[in-house]
Amino acid sequence: MNALFSMSRKDVITFVLFAAVVLLMPIWLQPFGAAYPDLMQKFAIFGILAIGFNVLFGLTGYLSFGHAAFLGVGSYTAVWTFKLFSMNPIPALILAVVISGIFALAIGFVSLRRSGIYFSILTLAFAQMSYNLAYSVLTPITNGETGLQLTLDDPRIVDSAFGGVNDGSLPVSNLFGLVDMSGISGFYFCAVFLIIGFFITQRIFASPFGMMLRAIKSNQTRMNYTGFNTRPYTLTAFVISGMFAGLAGGLMAVTDPLAGAERMQWTASGEIVLMTILGGVGTLIGPVVGAWLIKYFENIFSSFNESVLHNLFSFLPDNVESFVVSVTSMFVGEGWHLTLGLIFVLVVTFLPGGMMEGFRRIGSLFNRDGGDKAKPDEPAPAPAPAE
Amino acid sequence: MTTEKDNIVLHVADVHKTFGGLHALSDIDLQIEEGKTHAIIGPNGAGKSTLLNVVVGRLAPTRGAVVFDGQVLTGKQPHEINQVGVARVFQTPEIFPDLTVIQNVMAPAFARRDGSFTLNFFKSIDDETEIREEAEHMLEDVGMTASKDMLAGSLSRGDKRRMELAMCLIQHPRLLLLDEPTAGMSRHDTNTTIDLLKKIKERGMTKVIIEHDMHVVFSLADKISVLAGGRIIAEGTPEEVRNNPKVQEAYLGGAH
Repeated sequence: MNALFSMSRKDVITFVLFAAVVLLMPIWLQPFGAAYPDLMQKFAIFGILAIGFNVLFGLTGYLSFGHAAFLGVGSYTAVWTFKLFSMNPIPALILAVVISGIFALAIGFVSLRRSGIYFSILTLAFAQMSYNLAYSVLTPITNGETGLQLTLDDPRIVDSAFGGVNDGSLPVSNLFGLVDMSGISGFYFCAVFLIIGFFITQRIFASPFGMMLRAIKSNQTRMNYTGFNTRPYTLTAFVISGMFAGLAGGLMAVTDPLAGAERMQWTASGEIVLMTILGGVGTLIGPVVGAWLIKYFENIFSSFNESVLHNLFSFLPDNVESFVVSVTSMFVGEGWHLTLGLIFVLVVTFLPGGMMEGFRRIGSLFNRDGGDKAKPDEPAPAPAPAE
Repeated sequence: MTTEKDNIVLHVADVHKTFGGLHALSDIDLQIEEGKTHAIIGPNGAGKSTLLNVVVGRLAPTRGAVVFDGQVLTGKQPHEINQVGVARVFQTPEIFPDLTVIQNVMAPAFARRDGSFTLNFFKSIDDETEIREEAEHMLEDVGMTASKDMLAGSLSRGDKRRMELAMCLIQHPRLLLLDEPTAGMSRHDTNTTIDLLKKIKERGMTKVIIEHDMHVVFSLADKISVLAGGRIIAEGTPEEVRNNPKVQEAYLGGAH
């Protein structure tokens, strides 16, 4: 594809660095105690979710509060593909992306008739409807609150046609019987999709289409009077981000073949918004960084419990120690959301541009003139016009 | 309504617009000749901007129709009206503040080349050299080459207007509507804008211009319509309008 060769130098460098950072996760995450497959799979999957969401929210300016619905649709589709056809992840993912894309087309078609807060509320309403459908009404399809799981008597027509053996245990998703989709190989499988997804968003950011999305965010009235029909643009952005979410949902099912309705709940949609804002809305890498941070802290803080805290503060005198432990225990374990809230408030207050703004500020501290050049999105003030 | 001349490009036919009980426009019948500059003047609240809004599809007339080059514009979406060749400069500049100046000017060029919607996300914007060069040319024409990489939102008000004018001109519209294009500009900038608009006239672009500044009106207009209280009270060449006692009473007062 010659599109690859028309990338600007800066885009190529960003892409190569990004791919290296993702693929080398098992190494550089070790000092942080995060280099285990389960967590790294989450990093890759939520990274995909966040970059897709950013195409809609960051680029086009439409804040969807219902993206978890597409995540759920992707998961259910993938698990059903496993049950009916094959444990191969490829068809499962293709179907997950296609079905969630169709779903996004329908929801987007209605929701995009409004903008701003009304759009957000519409998407939220649709997502909650989807959640309730999955939780109760559509139990034959979704298996309700138990969640959709693989069973031993699933037909798996393709697998059994090719002589799949039923050894009395639940099968694991695998790539043509070669690689199992669990553990570290599961991570690499997801990582490849994250890198492909990153490449696609990079293309969108650099394309005329991406510029139109930015222009819509900037001034929709001017877009209309300039001769653009903005609706198909916003709908395309919505469907693209819905498909990314479907892919993420599909990958969740690939690495762990079950799907539950809670995946579609509004708190899950809210988490996607948090990731994007925390990392940096509208930047290419920010949302991925946000997703990684949230998943990392979730893991760290929610695994703390009182005995860990008692060990941590054992150097303190007894009564001080028990006070400190009782205070800090509110912020860990079940209460880690309190920590997340605090981090969020701090970032939004002091770094409205998210973590990416923080990195940029640090960068420009060290290197004043280089810092300006590195960010063409923020042009350096040009000299006053000639006249 | 009968059309007397066949070189009429825009015909506002018997347009009424009421807001509640207020008659913002009544019996407006306006014929704009191809290639001419037609000024609409009148005191504040005369309905000038309402008239432009009806033409570009922002407001629907209560009665009547707007016909552009044989096509009825009434009921069309703003983007459809632009695609048939009508561009507008707003009273308060409508620009893309978060894009750079050059991107602001490139976007309308895309709309002209690719229509109201295209899915071109596998091409890089850096490869669109033709459109970029065209935009750079346009910025040169309005004298804004130096600020092409600035964020449009950081421009001065006068520069925003000039850039918005460039955004309209790059589409080579058949009809350009200008709502007070020099308001808030210095005398010097006003004169450059007048020169620029005169240059377009040589290219044969039809213009409808709303303006308070009589200096601008009398140096550009071929024909003037005077609007007062939502009605056209006089129409004619600048000379005729200047000498019309009705106009002097309603609008020019003792000032001129």
